[in-house]
Amino acid sequence: MVKLKTNDEVKAPSPVDDLYEEADGWHVNTGGDTIHAKRIRGRWRTFKWLMSSVWLVYFLGPYVRWDGRQAVLFDIPNRQYHIFSATVLPQDFWMLSLLLLFFAILLAVMTALAGRVWCGYFCFQTVWTDVFTWIEEKLEGLPPARRKLDQAPLSLEKLRIKGIKHLLWILIGFLTGFSFVAWFADAPTLWRDFFVGEANSAAYASVALFTAGTYILAGFLREQTCFWLCPYARIQGVMLDKTTIIPTYDEQRGEPRGRVQRGGTEADRQTGDCVDCHQCVAVCPTGVDIRRGQQEGCITCALCIDACDQVMDKVGRPRGLIRYASLDEMEGKPPKRMVLRPRVWVYSVILVSALSGIVYGLTSLAPLELTVLHERAPLFVLQSDGSIQNKYTLKILNKTPDPVAVTISASGHDQLTLVGADKPVEAEPGGVTPTIVFVRIPEGALEAEQQPITFHAQGQRASGVPVEAERESVFIGPRR
Amino acid sequence: MAEHNPFPGENNTGHVWDDNLRELDNPPPRWWMLGLWASLLFVVGYSLLYPTWPVGQEPTQGVLGWSQMQEYARGVEQVEAKRAKFEDQIRGMTANEILADPGLTQYTLASAKVLFGDNCSACHGSGGQGNPGYPVLADDDWLYGGTTTKIAETIAKGRQGAMTAHQTILTPAEIDTLAEWVVQMSETGGKGGSEEGWSLFKTKGCTACHGQAANGVLVELGNGDIVTVGAANLNDGIWRFKPGGYESAKHTITYGVNQATVPESRNAVMPAFAEAGKLSEQEIKKLVVYVHELGGGK
Repeated sequence: MVKLKTNDEVKAPSPVDDLYEEADGWHVNTGGDTIHAKRIRGRWRTFKWLMSSVWLVYFLGPYVRWDGRQAVLFDIPNRQYHIFSATVLPQDFWMLSLLLLFFAILLAVMTALAGRVWCGYFCFQTVWTDVFTWIEEKLEGLPPARRKLDQAPLSLEKLRIKGIKHLLWILIGFLTGFSFVAWFADAPTLWRDFFVGEANSAAYASVALFTAGTYILAGFLREQTCFWLCPYARIQGVMLDKTTIIPTYDEQRGEPRGRVQRGGTEADRQTGDCVDCHQCVAVCPTGVDIRRGQQEGCITCALCIDACDQVMDKVGRPRGLIRYASLDEMEGKPPKRMVLRPRVWVYSVILVSALSGIVYGLTSLAPLELTVLHERAPLFVLQSDGSIQNKYTLKILNKTPDPVAVTISASGHDQLTLVGADKPVEAEPGGVTPTIVFVRIPEGALEAEQQPITFHAQGQRASGVPVEAERESVFIGPRR
Repeated sequence: MAEHNPFPGENNTGHVWDDNLRELDNPPPRWWMLGLWASLLFVVGYSLLYPTWPVGQEPTQGVLGWSQMQEYARGVEQVEAKRAKFEDQIRGMTANEILADPGLTQYTLASAKVLFGDNCSACHGSGGQGNPGYPVLADDDWLYGGTTTKIAETIAKGRQGAMTAHQTILTPAEIDTLAEWVVQMSETGGKGGSEEGWSLFKTKGCTACHGQAANGVLVELGNGDIVTVGAANLNDGIWRFKPGGYESAKHTITYGVNQATVPESRNAVMPAFAEAGKLSEQEIKKLVVYVHELGGGK
């Protein structure tokens, strides 16, 4: 055990003396009091801002126009989903499941490789909290000043500062809610309607819900959400393994930690590189101590890396005491090559298949779709002329914006007669038009009890572009 | 129970047994209590507004005058309002006019499906597939004609088949010959009936109902209508009485159809649905469209 000098023995001031005072009040975060994390500049801080800025798309996206309408519009009342020039109807919603699968696996793969990247840089909870505390700092000052203000008795000045802060928070909450609704309604019209009281009641309810949710979750619950509410935080915890690269404290290098001795020289230092300044803790937005190792509260935002590097610079020790590293690396094992990790392969295969499914779906959105329901009671009837008749309900889905006259034909047997399809069916735009047809085949000409037949639907859009669809069904005759 | 409280200042009620077993009084958290009182207030408010307390036969009515039956009636009204547009249109149209309009036909089929299920499917099957003794509606063989006018007549006034029991009119050998002839006719589409059978058919009075051509048609009118008495077409493979074939034919010829004095006689009765207000004119019109479309109509 290294013998530490007592305070009396300390003589000359060290360059980090004032830092010790900053973290004096620290204790394990149990949600009892507000975390006032210190903000410092650094590489990871800049990186976090950059990554968070993808959320600007959320706020600005609804105002992008395309072909004279909102570029991305989820038009729920009309059951149409416009994504740039593509229009997706509910029938094509299977692509959404692929999209969700893609993002779920992306989350998994990112977490397996580099820890809770989502939590640290992208999650709306941590990003919004980050913005909220940034506003808090601009108005109320640094963490010690904020703690002081929290404890100060109510005064006009306190009321003014807190009032502005809460107003700004609510404003951000409102913009968050409004932007959400703007993806589902024409944004400029929504602005007008919203304030003259003509918007949909669902719009008001959503905005109110989002405003309140944002205000409470990012303003008050903050990191407690990650600790106790968020299931993904826990799910991601089990996706890590020893090869995952996460912000890690280099215990070998750092321990035994010890305060920088006043007047001591680097040569006769008997402690590890950690100066026990608690800066990594002071900057942590969730209030954890990274030196205790990976833990549920760590959102891997890497702000402690910035803090530690700064201190290491000050005390003249090499950077990287806290750095992105895997547990294997810390234990001195050679890093496992990524191509040798089966989970990377499995994740990649799922990612690529989901993505190709979406690409296939979006590029091959058929303008016409045909479904065929074979009548079940009766499966077939004998006609007077000795032929067997089957009845089918055809449902023609016209995904184009114009009405299309659809001609129905059938094939699959050379003596087949199609009845009830003499006139083209007027398929209504953006909807399903049903029609009933009959197929007759002479009983003697049937080779099997069941035989496949194919229905074809052909038409022309107003622009002259031909559209077609086909669907296989079955023709059923008497048992042979 | 102790006379004095040996454990002061710990929220006990002063009730102590066996020296140290005491009843504590730790109230639930404030928010919980507030919730309790709020829920009691809710009960008061609710019971003022809505039917709540069972008093005698009827519960208290509540000042809002709300009732489930009213809500149900409102729901029905809403559905009726949506249907009214179509119903009004259909009211002024004939079945043929409805069939000429694809949109109205779709509405009528959807709406008449329930009527068919309630009134027709018990005998004719859910999709008009027929049942032993009850004709198939999904084919093109119509005993009484397949035009909308004839179908409407059938539904409204009902039908009663009739065929004499030939057990006392024909000899067993003649019945045999005729039954075999009916099977031959059925299997060959009316082309392969034996000479013997034809001669019996024409001389024993069968043509009076089944027609000269044995197709069940007495007179063909120019407009596609036919005059029939509901006798079966013997030229096709469709059997009026299942399972069909020699035995079936023999039974029908021997005992007839709807003969009150012959217990083995076939039954062929369709009730009249316009009688006693069973179905309204509008409902019958919808059913005509539905039945006409079951097999593609005629």
